[in-house]
Amino acid sequence: MTASVTTSRGANHVMAALKDAGLAGFVALMLALPLVGFRTVEVGTGLSLETRFDWVAYGVIAVFIGRLILNLWPRNWRIQRRKDAPHVSTETHATTMKLVAAVGIAFAILLPFLPFADRYVIDLAITVLIYIMLGWGLNIVVGLAGLLDLGYVAFYAVGAYSFALGARYWGLNFWEALPVAGALAAIVGMLLGFPVLRLRGDYLAIVTLGFGEMIRLLIINWQGLTGGPNGVTGIPRPSFFGFPFAREAEEGGPIPFHEVFGLEYSTLHRFIFLYFIILILALITNAFTMRIRRLPIGRAWEALREDEIACKSLGINPTNTKLTAFAVGAMFGGFAGAFFATRQGFISPESFNFLESAFILAIVVLGGMGSQTGIVIAAVLLTVLPEIGRDLAEFRMLLFGAAMIAIMVWRPYGLLSRRAPTIQLKGQLESGTVKEPT
Amino acid sequence: MSEALLHVADLTMRFGGLTAVDGLTFTAERGAITAVIGPNGAGKTTLFNCITGFYKPTRGLIELRHDAGESYNLARMQGHRIARVARVARTFQNIRLFPRMTALENLIVAQHNKLMRASAFTLAGLFGLPGYRAAERAAVEKARIWLDRISLTERADDEAGTLPYGAQRRLEIARAMCTDPVLLCLDEPAAGLNARESAELNRLLLDIREADGVSLLLIEHDMNVVMGISDHIVVLDYGKRIAAGTPEAVRADPNVIRAYLGEPDEPHITNGDA
Repeated sequence: MTASVTTSRGANHVMAALKDAGLAGFVALMLALPLVGFRTVEVGTGLSLETRFDWVAYGVIAVFIGRLILNLWPRNWRIQRRKDAPHVSTETHATTMKLVAAVGIAFAILLPFLPFADRYVIDLAITVLIYIMLGWGLNIVVGLAGLLDLGYVAFYAVGAYSFALGARYWGLNFWEALPVAGALAAIVGMLLGFPVLRLRGDYLAIVTLGFGEMIRLLIINWQGLTGGPNGVTGIPRPSFFGFPFAREAEEGGPIPFHEVFGLEYSTLHRFIFLYFIILILALITNAFTMRIRRLPIGRAWEALREDEIACKSLGINPTNTKLTAFAVGAMFGGFAGAFFATRQGFISPESFNFLESAFILAIVVLGGMGSQTGIVIAAVLLTVLPEIGRDLAEFRMLLFGAAMIAIMVWRPYGLLSRRAPTIQLKGQLESGTVKEPT
Repeated sequence: MSEALLHVADLTMRFGGLTAVDGLTFTAERGAITAVIGPNGAGKTTLFNCITGFYKPTRGLIELRHDAGESYNLARMQGHRIARVARVARTFQNIRLFPRMTALENLIVAQHNKLMRASAFTLAGLFGLPGYRAAERAAVEKARIWLDRISLTERADDEAGTLPYGAQRRLEIARAMCTDPVLLCLDEPAAGLNARESAELNRLLLDIREADGVSLLLIEHDMNVVMGISDHIVVLDYGKRIAAGTPEAVRADPNVIRAYLGEPDEPHITNGDA
């Protein structure tokens, strides 16, 4: 009796698994047929259509079998594993994180001097660091204060243009323009934030999305000031405390960097210098965020993310608190923008479209909202993986989507979602005069 | 100082065609526990939301008088200013802690305004100036005292959302107390507590009145709590005051019995403690 019940249940289980795998195969077929099955090939002067149904077939079979195996896998496997997972205490976690951070920073400092660090590697590392910095800046707004900002790139653009235009009209150099860029971005952040921050959740997201586009359209259309779609060219490169990175000194100008230090001229010097600028800027962003999290304003941001109504009942002014988060996040976006401008030497509105905002947001969300280390990992993954997969450029977006789905399934709260408390009673008890009650 | 702490006069709150609070007048004495009771939908929580600034009343006066003599019309103040300037703290019917922050952090966030001033609006804090550090130590000490009083010291560094229900209720009260209120409004503090926990709650509330000298205004359905600790009871039904007085007087009031148990010729019973 029991045995027959078990077998029939087992048969049902297999049937259900087959059915489900069949469905997955069908979905794969429908998706793969147009995406993979057909291909346009240039034939002479025209285009002709080539079919690759064999590829489709392999893909569908792979999906079917894979899904079947997943379905027939012992059911309680996943739950079992979760139960067995050892509980990691907060202290152990904090120590591990500190170690990871120290190793990461040491690696970042040594990177330009490692043997494989050619121009390409350093350039890629600069890109990664820009995104880490932007991720950390946006993390203040999204991760800490819980304000979904889909237009963060607007502040990046403000920073970039304030340096580009400041250099063009007033001859500002990079170091003079940096604080101006940050301040202007923060002011724009406040101006945008003031009317919209009474909105919540999805509504705020939509409005910030709109503002991001508005800034871009403003730049495109205000041709007299910004050069419109043609962008701004000839943005000055940063100099090493006044010594330029050039082969020869300009007439009457200061001697170039390599002569000061008696080095062989190398184009790499400028890249390494840029690399260290962005590394320092990013580390400042991080240090600032870690510090401000432990201050009343930082705690209020997190409290606001948790429950705005409760904040109000405790006498926290939600509008002001949100505005500061918006302004501080925007300020770091502005710094990063100024750096971007000097690195590229040329900026145009093209660089500041919505995809860029979405990309920065993806870094923050995938990294685990509020987690500084998670953002580094996510920024490295999202920037470096597409570079490695250049040969698979055709399938880049497909891989990107697959990675997103994988994260959502296995780590719905991001790669590192653990929140470290900003203050602990334990340490206070040990250091203070207070006795622990029994 | 004979003036009452809180004086509500002719308070009316309409939502479209629905009048949730209808010309309500009552007073809450200084240093007393005033309970607001009434059947479900009587307008108790709406009254709380008006007092704490979450709703702007359609009409009426809510006047709060501090010991020093300043008076505030809460009906015309913004919610966060009511908490900060008029010093009215509250808890919520469905607990509103900061679930992913620790118990200790919850209590420190409650001292936000004091700490903001001490950190010179973040500047002194950024550089870790001694004045701010002392203020933070004082804030932790105050939080620790409250954690002791609600017997949660052991779990100070645990996320508030992981605490048991009764502990979350107590923590919310402690958090409200950390704002240094003159009036503490509790919206059903005993909801969901067992008999032992609700007896503990009674002791805590009486202690807040005695030791901290804070006046309390509470909404409650648990009659053990209401009758056990209240000095004064206001009974609402359909947004109107139908009775007010000492627990004994209210218990005997025919209007109250009618509101809770129905008219004698309609023998259905309203379940009061849902």
